[in-house]
Amino acid sequence: MDNDNATLIKQACADYGNDPRRMMDILWQVQDRLRCIDGEAMSLIASLTGTYRVEVEGVVSFYAFFSDKRKGDITIRLCDDIVDRHAGAQAVAEAFSDALGIQPGETSADGGFSLEFTPCIGMCDQAPAALINDVVVTRLTPAKVKSILRTLRKTKDPQALIGQTGDGANSHPLVKAMVRNNIRQPGPVLLTDANPEQGLQAALQLSPQEVITQIEESLLRGRGGAGFPTGRKWRLAANTPAEERYVICNADEGEPGTFKDRVLLTEKPDMLFAGMTIAAYAVGARHGILYLRGEYRYLRAYLEAKLQQRREQNLLGAGILGRDDFTFDIRIQMGAGAYICGEESSLISSCEGKRGEPKNRPPFPVQSGYLGYPTVVNNVETLSCVSRIMEQSAHWFRAMGTTGSSGTKLLSISGDCARPGIYEVVFGVTLAEILQQAGAQDAAAIVVGGASGQIVGRTEFHRRLCFEDLASAGAIVCFNSSRNILEAAAYYMDFFIEESCGYCTPCRVGNVFLKKGLEKIMLGEGEPEDLDYLRNLSDTIIATSRCGLGHTSPNPILSTMKYFPLVYSAMVKERPGGMQAGFNIQKALDEARIIAKRRSLIYDPAYGDKE
Amino acid sequence: MSTEFEFTIDGETVVAKPGQTLMDACDDAGVYIPRLCDVEGLVPQGSCRVCTVKVNGRTVAACTQPAEPGVVVENDTPQVQGYRRDLVRMLFHEGNHLCPICEASGRCELQAMAYRLGISQDSLYPYLQPVRPVDASHPDIALDTNRCILCGRCIRASRDVDGKNIFEYVGRGIHKRIGVNAENLAATDASIDDYAMSLEVCPVGCIIRKREGFFAPIGQRQFDNKPIGWEIEARHKNRIAVHQIDPSEEQS
Repeated sequence: MDNDNATLIKQACADYGNDPRRMMDILWQVQDRLRCIDGEAMSLIASLTGTYRVEVEGVVSFYAFFSDKRKGDITIRLCDDIVDRHAGAQAVAEAFSDALGIQPGETSADGGFSLEFTPCIGMCDQAPAALINDVVVTRLTPAKVKSILRTLRKTKDPQALIGQTGDGANSHPLVKAMVRNNIRQPGPVLLTDANPEQGLQAALQLSPQEVITQIEESLLRGRGGAGFPTGRKWRLAANTPAEERYVICNADEGEPGTFKDRVLLTEKPDMLFAGMTIAAYAVGARHGILYLRGEYRYLRAYLEAKLQQRREQNLLGAGILGRDDFTFDIRIQMGAGAYICGEESSLISSCEGKRGEPKNRPPFPVQSGYLGYPTVVNNVETLSCVSRIMEQSAHWFRAMGTTGSSGTKLLSISGDCARPGIYEVVFGVTLAEILQQAGAQDAAAIVVGGASGQIVGRTEFHRRLCFEDLASAGAIVCFNSSRNILEAAAYYMDFFIEESCGYCTPCRVGNVFLKKGLEKIMLGEGEPEDLDYLRNLSDTIIATSRCGLGHTSPNPILSTMKYFPLVYSAMVKERPGGMQAGFNIQKALDEARIIAKRRSLIYDPAYGDKE
Repeated sequence: MSTEFEFTIDGETVVAKPGQTLMDACDDAGVYIPRLCDVEGLVPQGSCRVCTVKVNGRTVAACTQPAEPGVVVENDTPQVQGYRRDLVRMLFHEGNHLCPICEASGRCELQAMAYRLGISQDSLYPYLQPVRPVDASHPDIALDTNRCILCGRCIRASRDVDGKNIFEYVGRGIHKRIGVNAENLAATDASIDDYAMSLEVCPVGCIIRKREGFFAPIGQRQFDNKPIGWEIEARHKNRIAVHQIDPSEEQS
């Protein structure tokens, strides 16, 4: 390694106090400057941070945005979500491929460009989209590719691609993104003009116990998908004896088709930070972390500035709003491309500078979380609701929604609909009403809750969106009647295979087998027994997996089998004469033919014709 | 020190001490819960999931689940054994497990577990047939990760017992594998005398001690005469016979 690179690595480690717990930050800095973290870099980082090279390699190889091979100066990551595919991402990919002379996954010979596919980047309402280094480019077409590359070659600066910026804070000088918010339907709780600080002020008038009681009485449930009662989570953390406690905001929304947190982070960061501060006050935390997904790095400078502003306004730091006994500050932790880090214990592992693998439970994070301290992990939307509950009252919040699901829900709607974007709806709304609002008259199937949710058909459009019926973290993807539902299920299975951390056997291996079983059916080689195979395997994966990813990964297959039985039954056939449908004699012979360099006289009836 | 308490497993009462996992308590009582990634002396990690049991109707890994007073545990039931069979099969199909030519045959815990669970033939799962390079760089040790089941026992043994950190997981998902703390094993400070390289640690034939292969003749190998888990069941106060599943009873 040359001296310059070594100096750079030493600087990166020194910037974070040679602290192995800040490994993510160190690796980001090294990856940014050197465009890779190779074996030598790993060894140096390990020696400086007092860890082992293989541990550093373990972290580097876990996150999609880190690489041990040199990436191009400009890395183009094309979003490969199914919504992007339907919007023409493949043609865009081919245009990039042709113009750069490289295939996805490759780096150009001169080291100028890398081309890659990446899972959903949270821009389904403006697909096809891509990340060019940290810059988000939306509404791509093959025609735009040439001019994009011309600009990049000339300026070497992806920021130069941004002509007109998007609406709202997207045009803020520290964001300057072409991203659009697409807020289609404001609502009473989150997408309002409320002053976020009133909630914080109101909370500080109460005792921490009273704040927790308020949140409990509001019946607020976590908006990340699992729906755990927020107040109960806080009480558990507050009641665990400890010297320190932590509040972490989960801003790692990675569920394919969701982008609501992106809009809250852009438009309502103060509401979120006020919510985190209230949580900290309630549970007795002095430190907070905003875990921001790597895909949203374009928002980082803006969010840092907001935090700084809050420190200056005495809304963060020592003696918040004159309360000498209350000190709290927030740092931002960048993720680096790993869906699993949306799972709270994986997110904590990642914050600690480790591989983003889930932890054993018990103990739960509220008992022993970040660095072993009691930790509250709530998502962006949940913490934003907190500010408003404290401002308005638990009763006000509970008056909206259904008995088991109070308040409103932000939905990210995309796919085959006229008005993709963000909708704030009251819990209990039916799917039909949502589709009506979004202009998805021709919807034949919708994904409720993203890959880990349910894919439902027309017969289910009367169902209600709430924890008692169809729960959703907020991703609604519409498919019209021209789409192949099995292709959608297969896409989501590929997503889970890609994003499984691989810690436990059923999730690491079982999902691959599920996908292969589905492929067999899609090829028309399936038999009725294959449906039982899929069901039984799904059952094992759900029952034995270690975390939520494996508990939900069979959902795309199970829900399509449940709601689209005719599609499956049209694809599977009973074979007469005991022949296995999945067995293709011609395919089975291929390898032998190649070895023998001749065809079979018996099993190749067209032998004579083809010679 | 708080006092001992009781819970039931398959209807039988087990006495546990505070702080014990379900697995610890059952081991002491002579009730065997199948496991691959867990081994006595190492911190449990709950990754293979073969020790899955049902506790009050919910599935959990017995090696990491704390024992609690009064819980009702299901271990040797058709459903739970079915899950285990699926998991063991997944491991067989994920790697290359060619028992007839593997030097670990007869002392391989994966193979022994398959026999114990009544797996005697192919399943519907596809074979992934990985092609991973063999690291034979070290003078005394070779690594054939095609046979690795990612139990991580070598990682914990090297880190917690030897204090060396020779191994760690790298990659993720189906590409996850065991990495070594250098370009290859020869460049690490691995020694044949490390606990991590001992026969007890690697449950399969992935860590290979050179020039020692096939050291025990057929008939005298570890699992030739007694099934895996027998030594735990031998602790049982009533010495119940080991229950092996007849392959003909096996559910598909």
